[in-house]
Amino acid sequence: MTSVRQAPSRTAPDGADATAKRIVIPRWVRFPLYVVAGVSLMSLTRQITGAGQLTAEGTFRSAIQLALPIALAGLGGLWAERAGVVNIGLEGMMVLGTWFGAYGGITYGPWQGVLLGVLGGALGGLLHAVATVTFGVDHIISGVAINILAVALGEFLTSVTKAWDSTRESPPIPNNVARVDLLPFLKQPLRDIGAQNRFFISDLADLVNALTANVSLLTILAVAMFPLTWYVLWRTPIGLRLRSVGEDPDAADSLGVNVYRLKYLAVTVSGAMAGLGGVLLVYLFSGKFQSQQTGGRGYIGLAAMIFGNWRPGGLILGAGLFGFMDSMQSQVNETAHALLVTAALLFVVAGGFALWKRRWIWAAVFAALAGLCWWWYSVTDELPSQLIPYFPHLATLLVLVFASQRLRMPASDGKIWRRSG
Amino acid sequence: MKQRLVQQLAAPVLAVAFAVLVSSLMLQFAGYGAGKTWSVIFTKGFDRVYLVEMINRAGPYYISGVAVAIGFKMNLFNIGVEGQYKLAALFAAWAGAAVGLPAPLHVAFILAVGILTGAFWAFIPGVLKAWRGVSEVIATIMLNAVAIGLGAFLLENYFRKPPTPGVIAGTGTRVIPASGRLPSLNPLLSHIGIDLPASSRVQSYIFVAVAVGVVYRLVIWRTRFGFDLRATGSNAEAAEASGVDAKRMVVIAMLFSGGVAGLIGLNNILGEAGRYSDVSVFSGIGFTGIAIALLGRNHPVGIAFAALLWAFMDAVQTPLSSADLPKQITSILQGIIVLSVVIAYEVVRRIAAHQEAAALRRDHLPDDPASGTEVAPA
Repeated sequence: MTSVRQAPSRTAPDGADATAKRIVIPRWVRFPLYVVAGVSLMSLTRQITGAGQLTAEGTFRSAIQLALPIALAGLGGLWAERAGVVNIGLEGMMVLGTWFGAYGGITYGPWQGVLLGVLGGALGGLLHAVATVTFGVDHIISGVAINILAVALGEFLTSVTKAWDSTRESPPIPNNVARVDLLPFLKQPLRDIGAQNRFFISDLADLVNALTANVSLLTILAVAMFPLTWYVLWRTPIGLRLRSVGEDPDAADSLGVNVYRLKYLAVTVSGAMAGLGGVLLVYLFSGKFQSQQTGGRGYIGLAAMIFGNWRPGGLILGAGLFGFMDSMQSQVNETAHALLVTAALLFVVAGGFALWKRRWIWAAVFAALAGLCWWWYSVTDELPSQLIPYFPHLATLLVLVFASQRLRMPASDGKIWRRSG
Repeated sequence: MKQRLVQQLAAPVLAVAFAVLVSSLMLQFAGYGAGKTWSVIFTKGFDRVYLVEMINRAGPYYISGVAVAIGFKMNLFNIGVEGQYKLAALFAAWAGAAVGLPAPLHVAFILAVGILTGAFWAFIPGVLKAWRGVSEVIATIMLNAVAIGLGAFLLENYFRKPPTPGVIAGTGTRVIPASGRLPSLNPLLSHIGIDLPASSRVQSYIFVAVAVGVVYRLVIWRTRFGFDLRATGSNAEAAEASGVDAKRMVVIAMLFSGGVAGLIGLNNILGEAGRYSDVSVFSGIGFTGIAIALLGRNHPVGIAFAALLWAFMDAVQTPLSSADLPKQITSILQGIIVLSVVIAYEVVRRIAAHQEAAALRRDHLPDDPASGTEVAPA
């Protein structure tokens, strides 16, 4: 409805208008390009402000650790929504993942715990599938109910199995998953480069080290889910059918695709992914189950997925943004304060883009925002610490406001479908 | 008509029965004895102390259910009730302690600040939806999180009660003077022969909840605005064709929903606590409101029953844990009830549709044996 306004410029005949030509960047280049742009932006900020911690290995590492559970929840959302089922119950499925993960880790062993956590999440997904696919319940309502149910079920199972005494938290899991160095021969050279404080190169070295040095095998498993999902959904017949179910179930049905079965599969996998996210929270952060440990990450994952336009690459960027801001909470305040410069630079870039596109009003808005951020940076010494974790939420809102016409969700997402005839 | 009533009632009754069955099986399987648990719930649960607890909890639940239901009435999903009521409670408590007014005006002022703050916080997603087509579900989830951060920031830096020497710094706002508080109903109740221990006070805030219900009923079913709202909810295209401005309706409905949401957290602020703190304003009532609105089918009386049921199950947790029984069973019961209620409504609807189709075939098909065989068996 609202996109009608922009339609004429899109359908303008080729070459009729010199300004209408656009450079099309191939999709596979885009993701590395975003990473390079992001790192240069951070590096520039570091040069301007002298906040060295901003791009330190430790910052990147904690950002990645904080981003992964969110990204996995988002990946769960991606699986479900690509098959046309909205999954607000991700939060509850993560909770199931934390409880079953901790229970398995304590009673059996680390990998059994991981498996059990994933299965617990999948169970939540299956319940969501029964309610939404078989019984045609509103997707959001079923998700909300699952979120209520999962928390209570965790506490109930604690008191029933008598696995541990308190319903609030479990004892620490005895054995964690092993950690490895992926590039042992590069670890020290990269550390050295990182210490030299060169523009871009040092920051990139720190990022690579954070990604490869002393990583848990669980992290590797989790990261592997992203290319795997991309491959299955976009490069295999079953993925094509699954996405067709999310776009137009009637058409898919008429071509002999078993819509119900694929929706069941997608939503169950969705729960399994969220469950893995919950397992990560247990294994990589606290080392034990804690009630309310998920802290709304299921919802944030959903937002990251929308931020990323229902694609795995974009989803990682969105989750990375949330993770990075989350990691700023534990930093000294000057590091977070430096982010105002990043924001100012970002708005300058956006303003330049708007100028190039001859959108004068937007250019003025972005220039004003950049000036505001710069002014805020120069008159203050620190950011209010209570507000720092909520900047990604505001950023998500801004993205939705500016780009909601460009975002395209699966055509029959959230619609209840029943086979007719 | 009678048949419709049976259908309307069949679903919730079926759902509650199913939930009771499942949770009984769980209890029995876990070795607690379902009978014992239910007897505690039905004997201890009706003790006066717990009934008072139920009444006090039911008020905010009811208001929350209504706030969500207003959105539901036009297919808007206001998940943001959670953030709206928390921010509203904070602003109302702060403003209430900052001014001095005669008694009735002071209470009205606090209520008004709550309504306006809630409405403002709901106005943002409303405008974003109308203006830019941003999904209100995602916008309100984001704003819920922002509200928590903003609330913590404002409380810490501006709204907090200033620490007095020798006393630990307060974690809440200043206490509202007596003119801005509502009395408890205990003296009134002891007049009619119900004496309660001093520790359990019946809040008169329940009357605010009743007033909200009456206003909801009148506005949605007895005004032009309510008609437009319901019309947009049932068939947006048809409503727009008949001259309803859909964008304007989205904004107004969100304002109305958020304004009601602003009243949720004020019961303790106007009651014995008299200020905003982590203990006087409970968390999670906004999400509970979604479940309660569903359970009550968005109907003013239905929501009341749902709120009372929910509050009863909350209140009964205390006697359950003192009898060494798993109190989480009530939360599980709540979750199963919500899920099975929506499933039951769907099943009943399908059965009803099936019966109607069968009745139509019976009444309107000619008694031609040849055509009778062509009717596909269901």
